Amino acid sequence: MKVDQLSIFLENRAGRLAEVTRILAESGVNIRALSLADTSDFGILRLIVSDFDKAKENLKAGGFTVGRTTVVAVEVPDKPGGLHSILDMLRNAKINVEYMYAFVNQSGAHAIIIFRFDRTDQAIELLQQNKIDIVPGERLYKM
Amino acid sequence: MIFDVENETMPREELKQLQLRRLQDLVARVYENVPFYRKKLDERGVKPEHIQQLSDVSLLPFTEKQDLRNHYPFGLFAVSRENIVRIHSSSGTTGKATVVGYTRRDIKNWGQMVARCLAAAGAHGGDFVHNAYGYGLFTGGLGVHYGAEELGATVIPISGGGTRRQAMLLRDFGATVLTCTPSYALHLCEAAKEMGIDIRELPLRIGIFGAEPWTDSMRTEIENKLGITAIDIYGLSEIMGPGVAIECAKVKKGLHIQEDHFLAEIIDPDTGDQMKPGEVGELVFTTLTKEGIPLLRYRTRDLSRLNTAPCRCGRTTARMERVTGRSDDMLIIRGVNVFPSQIETILLETEGLTPHYQLIVTRAGNLDNMEVRVEVDENVFSDQVKNLQRLESKIEKNIKEFLGVTAKCKLVEPKGIERSEGKAKRIIDMRKEQA
Repeated sequence: MKVDQLSIFLENRAGRLAEVTRILAESGVNIRALSLADTSDFGILRLIVSDFDKAKENLKAGGFTVGRTTVVAVEVPDKPGGLHSILDMLRNAKINVEYMYAFVNQSGAHAIIIFRFDRTDQAIELLQQNKIDIVPGERLYKM
Repeated sequence: MIFDVENETMPREELKQLQLRRLQDLVARVYENVPFYRKKLDERGVKPEHIQQLSDVSLLPFTEKQDLRNHYPFGLFAVSRENIVRIHSSSGTTGKATVVGYTRRDIKNWGQMVARCLAAAGAHGGDFVHNAYGYGLFTGGLGVHYGAEELGATVIPISGGGTRRQAMLLRDFGATVLTCTPSYALHLCEAAKEMGIDIRELPLRIGIFGAEPWTDSMRTEIENKLGITAIDIYGLSEIMGPGVAIECAKVKKGLHIQEDHFLAEIIDPDTGDQMKPGEVGELVFTTLTKEGIPLLRYRTRDLSRLNTAPCRCGRTTARMERVTGRSDDMLIIRGVNVFPSQIETILLETEGLTPHYQLIVTRAGNLDNMEVRVEVDENVFSDQVKNLQRLESKIEKNIKEFLGVTAKCKLVEPKGIERSEGKAKRIIDMRKEQA
């Protein structure tokens, strides 16, 4: 039920992001989803990719500091209130969302939201109890 | 004005005799009372009676800053603790500070030496001394304080910080002498200007600046902006504190060393051999009269040269040239001594960090800024911004706490730190280029 996310440390200067995408392109790795958190000095790039191990290995070889983070991908109906019902449920269970980002699936009927929770296992349990569709990693990587 | 005519203008032959007598007494004292020196002298087969002439000083062992650290805190004291009336200490990570102790007579001698310095700078009894050196374990504040009282001046023990208030009191009290670091003098001037105070219009006449290296162009800038005479004072806590040497206002060419109390040598920092007269090398001091923690041939790591030619001011004491550099990698940041190794220790003690770091020192306006760049590896990396920012502030807090200087921490990518021939360049000091 979990998804491996690649996190990459980037200095905040021109060309660093392009260096990451160059390495991924040359490795034949496809990016499924991404988000970038930035401060004045540095940024953290978070990626869901088609081949986690290959991407990690090649980025490390390219001199980047990379990490593996467990996140959860949730399918949300692409309509008003779709996201809210999920966040409401999490709030009631006092599960904190550290960060999240979304992308719209090609089929168009659903949006996929990537969540980083403070308590991942409890969050999965809660979502399953409430019949929320969780996208397994294997499916997401191949999308 | 010469405060102590007898000792400051003594004919050099007579001065050398006095130095020899005091050196003989010193070696006998440390041999008797300091196990560290007894061992060192025994190893070299030197007995106190071997000191027959002043040049025999070269028989004596050197003392390094590390020796003080190794005997932390009181291991090199030559008198029992009850005879120590004051302790001072340099900054340093826990357990690595250098601690010095003063007897009642040491404090009295120190006060007289600082009084001589103030007089050489042109101050006199009745002057109003705004003392903005830090009070506390640092020798600057109390050192100048006692000297100013000895001279018969009125001291304003304002210490460091609170710059706007300093500017206000400088105006309201009408101080005539300012004592602080040279960079702080310019900072104070800027702050005063913002408050509509022009220091040039105040009674302030003399500035006595030390505790950090400065240049002649900085002197000109200070003299113009503050409308004062700016004088260089030299000292270090291991030897005594401020007042080891002072420029005379009359000539302002070299700093007169208090030679009746300190024997100065210039050595080759690599071989330890004495340099020829007039050559630049490392300044080494032997404390001739100090009782609390007397030191033989203390290596200052400051580069300078000596001039024994008579000075037009009338003093016969040797003059050391303004310190031009260091023979080690010590940095002076806003008057605080910082060794890169101390930063390294702090980083290593901060969980998970590898010591891949770089120090970038710049001067913005008149204040030094230090940035510590640290490489982020997998051990400390996090996918969350808050964790990395917490790491940055933890490093900043530890540096502030242990070293007493404010630094900005910046996380960089691995190999983000420039390496030359495989070796990382630890320090980039851009102040000289900017000056």
